[in-house]
Amino acid sequence: MNRCPVLTLLTLLPLVMGILVAGLRGQARLARQLALGSSLLSLGLMLGLWTAFDAASGELQFVERHEWIAALGVNYFLGVDGLGLLLALLTAVVTPMAMLASWRGGSRLSDAAASPGAGRSTNSPLYFALILFLQSGLFGTFTALNFFHWFLFWELSLIPAFFLIRLWGGPGRVAAANQFFLYTMAGSVALLLAFLALYLATGRFDFPALAELGHRGALAAALSERLGGFGLAAHQLVLVILGGVLFGFAVKVPLMPFHTWLPATYAEAPCGVTMLLTGLMSKMGLYGLIRIFLPLFSVPLGAPPVQNVLLVLAVITIVFSAAAAFAQRDLKRIFAYSSINHLGYCLLAIFAIGRSTTAPEFAVEKAAALNGVFLQMFNHGLTAATLFWCVALIEQRAGGLRGLNDFGGLRKVAPIFCGLMGIALFSSLGLPGLNSFVGEFLIFKGVFPLSPWAAACAVIGLLVTAIFILTIFQRVFHGPVNEKWTKFPDLTPGEIGLLLIPIALMFVLGLYPRLVLDVVNATAVQMVGQFGF
Amino acid sequence: MAWIVKNLWLIPALPFLAAGLSALLPQRRRQTAATLAIGSMIGACGLSVWALAHAIKHSAPNAPKEFYNFVWLQFAAGDAGLLQLGWVLDPLAAVMLVMVSFVGLLIFLYSVGYMATDENYTRFFCFMSLFAGAMLGLVLANSLLLLFICWELVGLTSYLLIGFWYPKPAAAAAGKKAFITTRLGDVALLLGMVWLYHETGTLLFYDGGAGCLEQSALAAMVAKTTNIGLAVSTGIGLLIFAGAVGKSGQAPLHVWLPDAMEGPTPVSALIHAATMVAAGVFLVARVYPLMSAPVGDSAGAATALQVVTWVGAITAFFAATIAMAQNDIKRILAYSTISQLGYMMVGLGVGGVAVGMFHLVTHAFFKALLFLGAGSVIHGCHEEQDIRKMGGIRKFMPVTFLAYAVGMMALAGVPFFFSGFWSKDAILHAAHGWPVSAGPFHLAFAGVGLTAFYMTRQMALVFWGRYRGYPASETRVARTPELVRVRAEHEPHESPAVMTLPLVVLALCVVALGGVGTPWAPWFQSFLGAEPAAGFTRDVVQLMVASTLAVFVGVGFGLAFYGYVQRQTAAEPDLLSKALPLGMYDWLAQKYGIDELYELTVIRFNAWAARACAALDQWVWNGVVTCISRGALLLSWVARAVDECALNPGFDRSCDGLRGGGRWLSRLQDGLVQHYLRIMGLGLLAWVLFWIWGGAP
Repeated sequence: MNRCPVLTLLTLLPLVMGILVAGLRGQARLARQLALGSSLLSLGLMLGLWTAFDAASGELQFVERHEWIAALGVNYFLGVDGLGLLLALLTAVVTPMAMLASWRGGSRLSDAAASPGAGRSTNSPLYFALILFLQSGLFGTFTALNFFHWFLFWELSLIPAFFLIRLWGGPGRVAAANQFFLYTMAGSVALLLAFLALYLATGRFDFPALAELGHRGALAAALSERLGGFGLAAHQLVLVILGGVLFGFAVKVPLMPFHTWLPATYAEAPCGVTMLLTGLMSKMGLYGLIRIFLPLFSVPLGAPPVQNVLLVLAVITIVFSAAAAFAQRDLKRIFAYSSINHLGYCLLAIFAIGRSTTAPEFAVEKAAALNGVFLQMFNHGLTAATLFWCVALIEQRAGGLRGLNDFGGLRKVAPIFCGLMGIALFSSLGLPGLNSFVGEFLIFKGVFPLSPWAAACAVIGLLVTAIFILTIFQRVFHGPVNEKWTKFPDLTPGEIGLLLIPIALMFVLGLYPRLVLDVVNATAVQMVGQFGF
Repeated sequence: MAWIVKNLWLIPALPFLAAGLSALLPQRRRQTAATLAIGSMIGACGLSVWALAHAIKHSAPNAPKEFYNFVWLQFAAGDAGLLQLGWVLDPLAAVMLVMVSFVGLLIFLYSVGYMATDENYTRFFCFMSLFAGAMLGLVLANSLLLLFICWELVGLTSYLLIGFWYPKPAAAAAGKKAFITTRLGDVALLLGMVWLYHETGTLLFYDGGAGCLEQSALAAMVAKTTNIGLAVSTGIGLLIFAGAVGKSGQAPLHVWLPDAMEGPTPVSALIHAATMVAAGVFLVARVYPLMSAPVGDSAGAATALQVVTWVGAITAFFAATIAMAQNDIKRILAYSTISQLGYMMVGLGVGGVAVGMFHLVTHAFFKALLFLGAGSVIHGCHEEQDIRKMGGIRKFMPVTFLAYAVGMMALAGVPFFFSGFWSKDAILHAAHGWPVSAGPFHLAFAGVGLTAFYMTRQMALVFWGRYRGYPASETRVARTPELVRVRAEHEPHESPAVMTLPLVVLALCVVALGGVGTPWAPWFQSFLGAEPAAGFTRDVVQLMVASTLAVFVGVGFGLAFYGYVQRQTAAEPDLLSKALPLGMYDWLAQKYGIDELYELTVIRFNAWAARACAALDQWVWNGVVTCISRGALLLSWVARAVDECALNPGFDRSCDGLRGGGRWLSRLQDGLVQHYLRIMGLGLLAWVLFWIWGGAP
């Protein structure tokens, strides 16, 4: 066991640096550099953890556990397994990308013209400080194992995100930020209430302890014993609690129909913030579903009616969001819906894993699906963040324009940009050889045997994704050069160098997925064993 | 394990490496890019020939497969969670390797001339090398997953190369159409793949008895039945075949292939004639043990193979009819490719791997030859593709003409000297003996006549008669030297040697290749087939006579329509349009309106569904959320109203009361000692009275 409280350090570092950065009022440049330095330090720390992590074991590692409020079952309990480690690493990777995407402040001429006073530049110290706070909240969420402080971090990440959208967003930022905040808040309230009920019934807040209860199937009995006074049968009571927890996470991912906050929020937020929202905050919901929802409710989830409802919702999420993406005319909204679509595959796999079966061959399929989810989460974070970064680059050059039909023939004037964004687009499309394919393949490999009809319906999403991705490529990059953009500048060498890092990572993960899988596989296998159906 | 088997990966790796390097080259390093690409292909070709030699040496009926597998990733505990990839060197792979690398090499050479003036020359060779690497990877894959990975990559390069002249909207649209149409088949293939994976626990084709194409896995799949009554092997086979239908342009997913002709002609020759479009046929040949696994009591042919045969036969016939009424030199060849791919499918369905593959190989050569010849013609005619504006080119481009004639006769199936005749006859012969139905044979037989007809038509319009490509102002007869010079500017010219040399080599191959698979010496069939081929029998000759007659009938009609009465101007209507009844010619020229049908159904449905989903999102889901938020606002407004009208006044009044009481009480505290004393006295009196009346204990 590691003596040094390294996970606490990891969480506190961005928080402290954030306060420091926020204090540098007049020195925007220094503040930016300090913030980037802090995020790079976190990245270094995470890479250190990644190598120090014992990949052969699926157990929690780097555990810190101290009694806090013993009477309430509240402990200070940190630790990561493959899942937490992977997402913390993703956080460490995407945060500096988001900072770099916001580096030059972005020019939003059209926006400034549309609403006076809105042309606030994103390169102020406060902006970077808020990003660091957000990062701290994310690290906390992915490492905390006791509901009490896990929930604190869960909420802590929401507040900086709200201000980042509210203060630096596009013309519709006020409504978008409010909707984002209130909607996720409603989810959080449901989650909190459900957890209070669970606490009343079980007296525990530690996730592993709760998972153990769920595994033994003792949850329903405990709930009805303590909370049986509402005139509900035990299984109905469990379903109510399940619904509460699910709602809390479903809003965050999101699962249709709880997604309406997302397109507006992603579109209005500045690109750097959208990168954080889609790359990282959406993973919080998935993390919660895997860490808390699945183990806790493995017994009620195994019931076919419950599972079928959830699978139908996941399929709807996949197909509808892909189709809706095709109907959008704003690049950011297209990628927003595309993001829902890609995370829909994760939801599909998570719900399919819930199927109650003890046949040993299905353990393999479940592990495949779960590994696929892990991989897909990481890949989506990387690819979606890169795509929004590319949109940021377009916006900077086009004075805030980012409509699907505003461009044309950019490949001719900006071939390097076209090549790099093309790779990111094809990664999003799921082209083999690039990162996303492996995750999607494993998900379908696992889901198809578990639920053939759901997999068969979900492949429609793959097809429609190809249609809208190629439509973007056709409208923006192909065709005759748009008169307006004959002077569209290609990437600068610095931008090429920075953008090449995630692009190279896409190739590496596409060709050598063991880089991630070897670390998370033990965790996935152990989790599947622990779900125990 | 032999060195070549262990290091077979080098064959695709060389072009991949060339592609990677030339992707980093600046555009002006044209020479380097071409050298890299051609050098890598020479290397790949050399290794492929070595591999073929090795395969020939070690070939024996039912010889164990030579393969090399490695672990790509692990996704679950234990051996069941290991995902392996690998490559295999068997006759099928070896033949394809040599064909792809050799034809590819010739086409690369040709491209040096054809693309000489293109500004994106470097990028062109980068994409072409990427394609060659992916295609070579596809043919040597020993895992359906590796095959699928390469399958998607060749799709990508096809997309990139069709849209190579991307400023042209038609090219950009054609690339997208090709990718999406084939993707439709690919998602079915993906489902088939994960299903196969679940049923057999492996995606390796051959793994020393544990592969998914080997006996134990096949037996398990045949024995299992799905809910809808199909055997599992049939279900998986049909899903995999759906992928092949998309890639190989079989009906009804053929619509992308003619549009793909927007790409540069070497691309059409390599990708959309010789190799990539044949990948679907190759896939069916690769999983042939699965497709042909006999299920229950289905007499003669497995259900999956019956579907393959019928789809192939219908495609072969109907694409040939469309080809009769096209006027674009490349589109005629494109429909011809679709038709010939249909023949290959029929060959696989009725005759097995060797029959289908033999036609695949001969077709690769003669169709590559035809496309390169067409490219040479287009190049010579100043980028003109309409055959009505050509004519008489024989005189201007003799080498191209001779090579093209060889290709045409091979495609049409002119007997004895051309490989196409032998391979097509093998298919017809097998179809004739198919026990299930005579339908495919009749369709294929009719297609032979049509093929001969449309190729004769093309030859006549392009190479014979008078040149019709002069501009309208230049119709005078060239009498003076001045006029001769002016006219010469508009006249076609023969292509440079770097382009004609590949034509000649291909033409020689087309003639020579027939020798490896005639009924008298069926070496090719024995090499690829599981057992020695049957060889020469009496009905082979009967069929040969019949098919030769069909070819001559086709050629004869072609000559009758286009040979004797030559078209004079580009604008006059086609003679066929008068000869065919009921406006059939227009029907054919419109390709039966299938594109329009898709436009009206699939594409419109897709756009409608997208709008519906977006509207649902905007109005219904968002509406619900808005309603809830309005409800919350209403509630808070009501709460405020209640507060202000009901609660606040009461509160205010009680506050007033309190304040009044306080004011009244404060009056008692006026600082006068006598008032205090009076109150104290009163209090004392009250206390005493209370005491007296029994309050005390």
